[in-house]
Amino acid sequence: MRIRLVAIGLACCLALTSARAQDLGGTLKKIKETGTISLGHRESSIPFSYYDDKQQVVGYSHELTLLAADAVKKELGLPDLKMKLTPITSQNRIPLVQNGTIDIECGSTTNNLERQKQVAFSNTIFVIGTRLLTKKNSGIKDFPDLAGKNVVTTAGTTSERLIRKMNEEKKVGMNVISAKDHGESFLTLESGRAVAFMMDDALLAGEMAKARRAGDWHIVGAPQSREAYGCMMRKDDPQFKKVVDAAIAKAMTSGEAEKLFKKWFQSPIPPKGLKLDLPLSDDMKQLFKSPNDKALD
Amino acid sequence: MSYQWRWGVFLDPVPSSGATYLGWMLTGLQTTVQLSLTAWLIALVVGSLMGVLRTVPSRWLRGIATVYVEVFRNVPLLVQLFIWYFVVPELLPVSVGTAVKQLHPFLQQFLAAMVCLGLFTGARVCEQVRAGIESLSKGQKSAGLALGFTLSQTYRHVLVPMAFRIVVPPLTSEFLNIFKNSAVASTIGLLELAAMGRQLVDYTAQPYESFISVTVLYVLVNVVIMAFMRWVEGRTRVPGYIGGGR
Repeated sequence: MRIRLVAIGLACCLALTSARAQDLGGTLKKIKETGTISLGHRESSIPFSYYDDKQQVVGYSHELTLLAADAVKKELGLPDLKMKLTPITSQNRIPLVQNGTIDIECGSTTNNLERQKQVAFSNTIFVIGTRLLTKKNSGIKDFPDLAGKNVVTTAGTTSERLIRKMNEEKKVGMNVISAKDHGESFLTLESGRAVAFMMDDALLAGEMAKARRAGDWHIVGAPQSREAYGCMMRKDDPQFKKVVDAAIAKAMTSGEAEKLFKKWFQSPIPPKGLKLDLPLSDDMKQLFKSPNDKALD
Repeated sequence: MSYQWRWGVFLDPVPSSGATYLGWMLTGLQTTVQLSLTAWLIALVVGSLMGVLRTVPSRWLRGIATVYVEVFRNVPLLVQLFIWYFVVPELLPVSVGTAVKQLHPFLQQFLAAMVCLGLFTGARVCEQVRAGIESLSKGQKSAGLALGFTLSQTYRHVLVPMAFRIVVPPLTSEFLNIFKNSAVASTIGLLELAAMGRQLVDYTAQPYESFISVTVLYVLVNVVIMAFMRWVEGRTRVPGYIGGGR
């Protein structure tokens, strides 16, 4: 009788564990089999994900990626999970996630409905508004002042779409320049080719912190959109998404994300030790209270 | 791989205007063709001139042409493009530089890319023209001079026409290369074919359809160029010379 009970118990345990092992699919299975998680990162999305002066990847989003990778490590029981870092751009990030080159990317990627057709997004990690960076003496106060002027934005971003749309719908007559990355956009602005740089406000603050004379610049204009940044993963992989979502939700509600916010947006950051001085927005406060993976547009 | 194929995406209207994504691709193709053809013109003119200079008796002229070739052939194309686009306007006198930077962005990008591609390819054309001239037997030059031609007349009527016929096949490769190299212009924001392809990815999140059609369009352009150059080759062939005698 006793033996039978033990046997049944054992069988149940076996069935459970094997069921668990079988259930493991998609990205988690791939990570378990290879012992490696592939993380995508940006090269110049300050202060989200970028290279510091020692060419190490750092940033607010990057720290959250590491938290997510840690959660995966615990979930799979792989203490020596290897992390492979792959630099990505605005333009190649979606194909690279889809074809499996990277498993997850937390940088400055807006979660929107169009992208949701091809990839999945985690809980939101940041909320931005799209605004303008311009020289203090340029006379540009808001978007209408840009009529007939050259404006730069980064190719492949939501700002690019917004400004082109605004240009055609409202007949503003701006000349839109699409630069390769945020660094090049700022170079275009700094060299006088464009009078303003339209981008996510937090990224603009980051570019400003990199400038030769940060005091010459300021961020102006009514936000043209509110956007939610999320970590991008392959679509239809609920197991992996659940692990990542839980890790981010925990960071948001436990105050860890707020600490990261203070570290990256309100304290001196590499490479130049400048402060971005970005206030904690209401959107962010709301996010810390109730994490979610909703797109805002 | 979980991918939703949707070839109909090209007929979708672009969100901001009445055009379709197909229209975008065709505009991109048009820019690529315009850029490559104008750059090829520069390359041919500069390359032929420098190629001749590489072979003349004057040491100074040869030196100038050698420096040109070594500089433009040995610096990576992308670096050259960044220099033309970002650095050159800063080196001009401030008023001229500012005027350049106030031009329409498309024009700035197009001019920088055109000059850059033209001079880069020109250096390669130059070496081929030189090779063509040097492959001619010495007797041709001597005969020209013996007939009472001056040196420049000998080049104009004897050496250069012969050399060009010989180097048509390698020139074809350069002509094809300039179309493919023109894609670097997308890095300074010029919306040519490759850039349009990438922009389409950003707007529709359909990367494979976009990249496949960009590839097909480049191949199509190059097939046309190849056919044209074959025709030129046939027309200009000298009987009795390389591959000639029809």
